[in-house]
Amino acid sequence: MSGHVHKDYTGAKFGMWLFLFTEILLFGGLFILYSVYLARYPQEFISAGKELNVWFGGGNTLVLLTSSLFVAVSITALRRGSKRLCLGLLGGTIVCAVIFMVNKYFEWSAKIDHGIYPGSAHLKEMLPGEMVFFNIYYLTTGLHGIHVVIGALILAWTMVLIINDKVNANDWVILENAGLYWHLVDLIWIFIFPLYYLILH
Amino acid sequence: MSEEHAHIVSYKTFLIIWVALLILTGITIAVAQYNLGALNIWVALGIATLKAGLVVAVFMHMQYENRLFKLSLLSALTILAIFIGFTFFDVLYR
Repeated sequence: MSGHVHKDYTGAKFGMWLFLFTEILLFGGLFILYSVYLARYPQEFISAGKELNVWFGGGNTLVLLTSSLFVAVSITALRRGSKRLCLGLLGGTIVCAVIFMVNKYFEWSAKIDHGIYPGSAHLKEMLPGEMVFFNIYYLTTGLHGIHVVIGALILAWTMVLIINDKVNANDWVILENAGLYWHLVDLIWIFIFPLYYLILH
Repeated sequence: MSEEHAHIVSYKTFLIIWVALLILTGITIAVAQYNLGALNIWVALGIATLKAGLVVAVFMHMQYENRLFKLSLLSALTILAIFIGFTFFDVLYR
């Protein structure tokens, strides 16, 4: 059987899902941290949560949901043979990732300008619950931001493979798995947004 | 190879899901403006879970995968639930 390249799509996808489960548990740990401290300091979480700008959070939600749509549609496009549409959608996803990170940059800069960052003198003067809120806010959104950057790099690499026809209508599992990773990034944000930005009452 | 016939999801299905996700985002922002007491957090988590379900089922193709995928997702979520549940048994009754 020389020359025959064995492809195990189910195995490849299942491996990716197993990895995603470890990611879910990783972020799950951070959400547990959040919920335990929310139970302990409900009022202070509300007063700290009001400091976050719902427009940044909501805007980034819109950007990530749309980018997820692009990735999902790109797989259908590739399998139907529309390589150019597929590449355009993946390019659009990377643009979304850049917009997300630029938003995050402005959001974090504004907070840091107000002296709110881990270990700052201003943070130490705050109530303990507010301090905890901002520390886990930076930890969770920071780790999520790293995932956005990695996801964009993986999608860029996938685009190169598609341009070279290494990934094509008959062999698309790399795009599928890269897409799964990107959707996970979206999935985590779906929980971050209400928990950190919409805790107003 | 049966996998070559793996389900191709239509553009329309994805667009409908995207619109649903945007509507749910709008609802969760709107509800957060009202003071419902402890209910606020549960509504927020409920809507987030619904959105996550749509992403997993359709965008991530879980509804078209075989039972192995569904059962393993269920076990991962069960482990997470045990993780959360046992933490709260400890934290709430200290």
